[in-house]
Amino acid sequence: MTLLGRRLASKPEMSRPDRTIILDARALARALQRMAGEVLELAHGTDDLLLIGIQRRGVELADRIAKLIEKDKGTRIPRGALDITLYRDDLETVGPKPVIGETRIPGELAGKHVVIVDDVLYTGRTVRAALDELADFGRPKRISLCVLVDRGGRELPIQPDIVGERVKVNSGERVDVLVEELDGRDEVNLVRQGAPA
Amino acid sequence: MTAPPLGKDLVGLEDLSADQIRLILDTAEPFKEVSERPIKKVPALRGKTIVNLFFEASTRTRISFEFAEKRLSADTVNVAASGSSVQKGETLVDTARNLEAMRIDMVVIRHPSSGAAEFLGNRIRSNVINAGDGKHEHPTQGLLDLLTIRDKHGKIDGIKVCLVGDVLHSRVARSNIWGLLKLGAEVGVCGPDTLLPRGIEELGVCRFRRIEEAIEWADVLNVLRLQLERMEMGFIPSVREYYRVFGVTAERLEKAARPMTIMHPGPMNRGVEIDSRVADGPHSVILDQVTNGVAVRMAVLYLLAGGRPELADAAKGPGGPE
Repeated sequence: MTLLGRRLASKPEMSRPDRTIILDARALARALQRMAGEVLELAHGTDDLLLIGIQRRGVELADRIAKLIEKDKGTRIPRGALDITLYRDDLETVGPKPVIGETRIPGELAGKHVVIVDDVLYTGRTVRAALDELADFGRPKRISLCVLVDRGGRELPIQPDIVGERVKVNSGERVDVLVEELDGRDEVNLVRQGAPA
Repeated sequence: MTAPPLGKDLVGLEDLSADQIRLILDTAEPFKEVSERPIKKVPALRGKTIVNLFFEASTRTRISFEFAEKRLSADTVNVAASGSSVQKGETLVDTARNLEAMRIDMVVIRHPSSGAAEFLGNRIRSNVINAGDGKHEHPTQGLLDLLTIRDKHGKIDGIKVCLVGDVLHSRVARSNIWGLLKLGAEVGVCGPDTLLPRGIEELGVCRFRRIEEAIEWADVLNVLRLQLERMEMGFIPSVREYYRVFGVTAERLEKAARPMTIMHPGPMNRGVEIDSRVADGPHSVILDQVTNGVAVRMAVLYLLAGGRPELADAAKGPGGPE
């Protein structure tokens, strides 16, 4: 945990602002660079590597990490997108149905080392859904999990292999990941619930 | 991100707002990809039971709904009027209530009487989807036509679509007219006076008396099936004369200033309302319509299923995925 993260966690509730920056653009870029290195290490090179981002911000992050690896290694890294909505375990109970994003799996999964990329790891239920969905596409030789922020609070026995930043989150707070492509800037915020998004 | 709700039933496009129609079309997009997967199945409707209640003959629509249901992992039962208690005189509501007593979740109904789907929807708790009711509406056909036009032209707003032929008996025409007008298309109708409903201009559509004029005007021709089973009543002098005057032929299309998208809801009467060279030609999207039909029906089933708002609050909190 960073110094900033620790300070946040110990601050009394009343004096905390609605939104605190956990990672600014430069810190986020550094985190992604480090994650890209760790992906390479984990996969022992780029041969069978396939990055799959979870809709929506995971897709952008997977793209960034892939580009960083490409810059380093000079080989093209295949990447895909996965929308897990139809595999959610609470689809029955959500009021208005969630909008479904694009799912795009390049080629066969057999023999690939798939790295699932997501912005925030929380309950683990999204990752459970992603694992089930990937199994319907094929049988990769290995699946790893890479997240920008691990905020704790798991409800399933799921752990990440690569983490950009671990954050302690109190009840009534959430983590917002903003990416340039969708939000106009790179930033990770800790936001008090009820504050404007 | 969440979408605006659709309500319990889908009876017709007349009842939907432009936003609701766009929601269904946008939701259909990702469902196209599901049908291309190695395992063409997602668990979204696992545990849901759907009854396809068909009081009228249908191949395409029934199979399309069945594929859509199965690809969403629902359990399905098909009931046809022939061979069921309907023949013994059971009423529609009694049939449906008996099915509900067996704990079903959704009913897809096709019925010869206009209004049957709405009638049923008002009387049972299950979601009801209209798969064609008399001469009223066939909303999923209208939606798949809209999706196909949007795929082909990139938009619907401002596109000129002409419905050709038997508009009078066509629930497809009615669903098309409502959907197209709501999404900003210009709509024309063309056919013999006996097959165009009187006062149809009041809906905001233009009327063409000659097929050549319609071809000159339109970007898309949606060629309707001449409902031969109803033709003994003297709506047209003969099938041959109909083809001569209103048939969509290759010769007529060659005279058009620009290539024209050709649609047909099926089943086609080749050589009656449409020339085989046109139906199988490069600008025909008739089979794309069929492919899109499965995606649109998956979208409708997904959007209507469950959706019990009283449970939404319980699902919030740490239980929901981030």
